Amino acid sequence: MTTDNCLISIDKLTKTYQMGKVEVNALRGIDLCVAPGEFIAIIGASGSGKSTLMNIMGCLDKPTTGKYIFKGQDVSQFNDNKLAEMRGKSLGFVFQDFNLLRRSSALANVELPLIYSGTRHRHKRALEALERVGLAKRAHHKPTEMSGGEQQRVAIARALINNPSLILADEPTGNLDSKTSYDIIDFFRKLNDEGITIIMVTHEMDIAQQAKRIIRLMDGKIVTDEPVKHEHPDGEKK
Amino acid sequence: MKFVDSLKLALRSLTVNKLRSSLTMLGIIIGVGAVITLMSVGRGVEAQITDMIEDYGSNTLNVISQTPGVKGLASMQSATPSLTIEDARAIAERVPYVTGVAPVSENFVEVTFGNESAMGVIEATTPEFEEIYNYHTAYGRFINERDIGLKDTVVVLGQKVVEDILGTKDPIGQKIKLSGRSFTVVGVLEPKGGQMMGVSMDSIIVVPITTYQSKMFPRKTSRGEDAVQSIAVQITSSDYADYITTEIENLLRRQHRIKAGDKDDFAIISNEQILSLFQQITGALTIFLGLVAGISLLVGSIGIMNIMLVSVTERTREIGLRKAVGAKRRDILLQFLIEAAMMSLTGGGIGIIGGWLLSLGISQIQTSGLTLRAVVSPDIVILAVSVSIFIGIASGLYPAMRAARLNPIDALHYG
Repeated sequence: MTTDNCLISIDKLTKTYQMGKVEVNALRGIDLCVAPGEFIAIIGASGSGKSTLMNIMGCLDKPTTGKYIFKGQDVSQFNDNKLAEMRGKSLGFVFQDFNLLRRSSALANVELPLIYSGTRHRHKRALEALERVGLAKRAHHKPTEMSGGEQQRVAIARALINNPSLILADEPTGNLDSKTSYDIIDFFRKLNDEGITIIMVTHEMDIAQQAKRIIRLMDGKIVTDEPVKHEHPDGEKK
Repeated sequence: MKFVDSLKLALRSLTVNKLRSSLTMLGIIIGVGAVITLMSVGRGVEAQITDMIEDYGSNTLNVISQTPGVKGLASMQSATPSLTIEDARAIAERVPYVTGVAPVSENFVEVTFGNESAMGVIEATTPEFEEIYNYHTAYGRFINERDIGLKDTVVVLGQKVVEDILGTKDPIGQKIKLSGRSFTVVGVLEPKGGQMMGVSMDSIIVVPITTYQSKMFPRKTSRGEDAVQSIAVQITSSDYADYITTEIENLLRRQHRIKAGDKDDFAIISNEQILSLFQQITGALTIFLGLVAGISLLVGSIGIMNIMLVSVTERTREIGLRKAVGAKRRDILLQFLIEAAMMSLTGGGIGIIGGWLLSLGISQIQTSGLTLRAVVSPDIVILAVSVSIFIGIASGLYPAMRAARLNPIDALHYG
């Protein structure tokens, strides 16, 4: 696999944390290429390093050694400001507990990344994004007035607003019941069909099965990396 | 992120926590209000004293007794009297550029009429006093040379004394008693307003200096002559003050037969010197009051810092999220800094208005003829505004920097 085709290209990446006097080797040499349009599930036990890998891919953290090339740029060399800019313009985050501003309306929540990227016509674009997740009518409701599934859709609308190259989802269904979980996953699949690259961390195997490729981490290393064999029957829906 | 967006953001989070923001601002409101009020009272007193002394005429020199060789106010108060009417006359006759000379002795005295009595300040002097100190008679006449020569028991009363003891009676020709001795009222002074050391300037009682010396409070100089407390000398221009001072000094040394090399038993001070002395005192008073008020400002600013620190901790996850969606350090820093600055500026603004109103209120209060004047001058307002801006930035900076430095991953998983 040549790195030219990769949206993400990771080479011999390690991450070591200092926890008091103990050094924790969270990642011990990761090599990975993610092509545009992929839908990847990263699985692994807690402590396997999957969150650390997500944080580095999400430009929230820097590797200790190794290279991380995102959209052809060596992100491992970026300073804090350039990382922030990269996060704002090219990445969308979906979190387990949604991380919405509770006192702001859905619309204001979706607008948030646009404020920092200095984009114009924020209201219009935020409304369009809410429409895309089917919540245009609830634009002026606050997260506290919404169900978990709706809140996660607001969060997805927020992740979509800057037309990111990559959406990173950290246990996006962790706080949802199984029906809503499938709704959200179906929505991810729909977005993926539209060409958006998605990387999702999960520990639920049936959710991971909905992705196109599953990477399993253990002790900071990739142990398996294989495409999902059978498509879910719902895959063809809509 | 645009600055306007930062402003909106800060305004929003302040209005979300209305009670908390208002209580925090209250500290600054009280602090700034106190600075404005206390400093304006200080300024008011200063202006009042300046007005009064200028009203006496800045072209006036005062000769007073002094213990030889001792400097300072204390030496003047306890000095053996050394000045006489003769000295005053000599100054009037022999010193150039002098337009009026009045010997003056002062004392507090009880003045009674029938059953009414009041306290007044005796000004025992000569007719020149009227001109030098700008007192004019409203009715009747001032004391004259004849009264001086005959040591007459006549008296000219200030407006307040008339009101206190005579009420609405026609004062001219009434017999009143000053420390038990009967005096005839020959004139009433025009009201002057104002006060000197808490005594109304309309509480004065003018009697002939000779009457005072012989019948009321006789005091002798060390050479056995009738003494006067001080001599007021009006000069044509304060430009000549130094020259005239030297002339008077030489003259009085001859009059008092002071040998060369011996120290003066008198001192000459100009109204300008008195003015600058008072201005030093009131200026120090104003600064002191400002500092006291400044302590409450400091406490207010600690309040802002405290609340900002709480707010940063409370919103750690929000900060993490903002960073995740592209906020730079600068954006977070500005958000919290503007919040702190807004609180202190708004508080400062309300404090200025409050302090100003309070100063107006203080100016209205009148207790026993004593008015306290409060002057709000632009420099006090500018000082208060710049202090509150400074406080906002100083107390907001540390919490804002803490927020800006938060690691997004830790912040997102906080709590």
